[in-house]
Amino acid sequence: MNTASVSRRYNGFSIALHWLLALALVGIFSVGFYMADLPFSPQRLKLYNWHKWAGISFLALTIVRLAWRLSHRPPALPQAVTLAMPGWQMRAYQATHGLLYALFFIVPLVGWAYSSAAGFPIVLFGVLPLPDFVAASKPLAELIKPWHEASAFALMGLALLHVAAALKHHWMDRDGLLQRMLPGKP
Amino acid sequence: MISFTSPIRTIAVLILAMAGAALVHAEQKLLPAQSDIAFVSKQMGVAMEGHFKKFDAQIAFDPAKPETGKIALSIDIASATLGAPEMDGELPKATWFNTAKFPQATFQSTAIKGLGGGKFEVSGKLAIKGSVRDTTVPVTLAQSGAITTASGVLTIKRLAFKIGENEWADTSAVADDVQIKFKLALSGVGKL
Repeated sequence: MNTASVSRRYNGFSIALHWLLALALVGIFSVGFYMADLPFSPQRLKLYNWHKWAGISFLALTIVRLAWRLSHRPPALPQAVTLAMPGWQMRAYQATHGLLYALFFIVPLVGWAYSSAAGFPIVLFGVLPLPDFVAASKPLAELIKPWHEASAFALMGLALLHVAAALKHHWMDRDGLLQRMLPGKP
Repeated sequence: MISFTSPIRTIAVLILAMAGAALVHAEQKLLPAQSDIAFVSKQMGVAMEGHFKKFDAQIAFDPAKPETGKIALSIDIASATLGAPEMDGELPKATWFNTAKFPQATFQSTAIKGLGGGKFEVSGKLAIKGSVRDTTVPVTLAQSGAITTASGVLTIKRLAFKIGENEWADTSAVADDVQIKFKLALSGVGKL
């Protein structure tokens, strides 16, 4: 392992947010996937609300994360890695990160709009009512629903691509890139 | 003192009294188009407002003598709607309202107390889904032209009427408290 390439890691807060939101993403997506086909029941009602609360929390933490990222520049890719990457990989790397961030906002916002349109305003954790930024309307809800689903699948697809690329660097390139995001000693 | 009057006179007086009572009843009418009975339940903190679209009331009420008044309300339970078809399909089921067995909810007043300022306290029996509970309803009257509007809000416990049975008795999903908001437009009520 090239120790020079692992010397510049993400800071602790970025690492914590990355892994917390990674876990949240898998959890929220799985619940969303599972709940959609459940019959009318208290369990369905609870899962829907938990899914919404978690999605809104994800959105709020993403805002914190982006603000932190903009004020605390992430470490540049090690030179050894950038030199080894063909141009298309560099572009794919940049596009994936950009799209991931875009979808971190789009998926929960579209879900929020769907909930409002369907006539179920979100009351965060059962106590904090959130505003509806679209009107309750059945046709609008039907229009929005597939976009929440499609954007969520796109987000999961990109996240899997991101994981695959990280593992490729770790196991195939053995360039220590993953160390930058793993918790542990700097 | 019936014994001192002729039977024919007694009958005539009775008929007149009944006609008079009928006349008073006929005068006081519910105006359904301007009335509303809504119910608000909370699903995990989210308030869901529903409405009963069909209901009727029989009213004999004089604001000057509230204690002699009588109010009877009947609600066609099958007319309940939450505005979402997937939920409206559930409401008539046995778990919720069981409309096949209990098509109507009724309220029958037993005592009316004037509190002044157009406010009244109506005590009575509220019957929903085969359960009867003594209920006190705060009512505020407002008059505009020939129309008297009786409005108020009361909170009932849905489980006291078995609305939401088995798994749906879970109050962490649907709260026990249900708010009933009513606005009944009436014609023929005497001046406040």
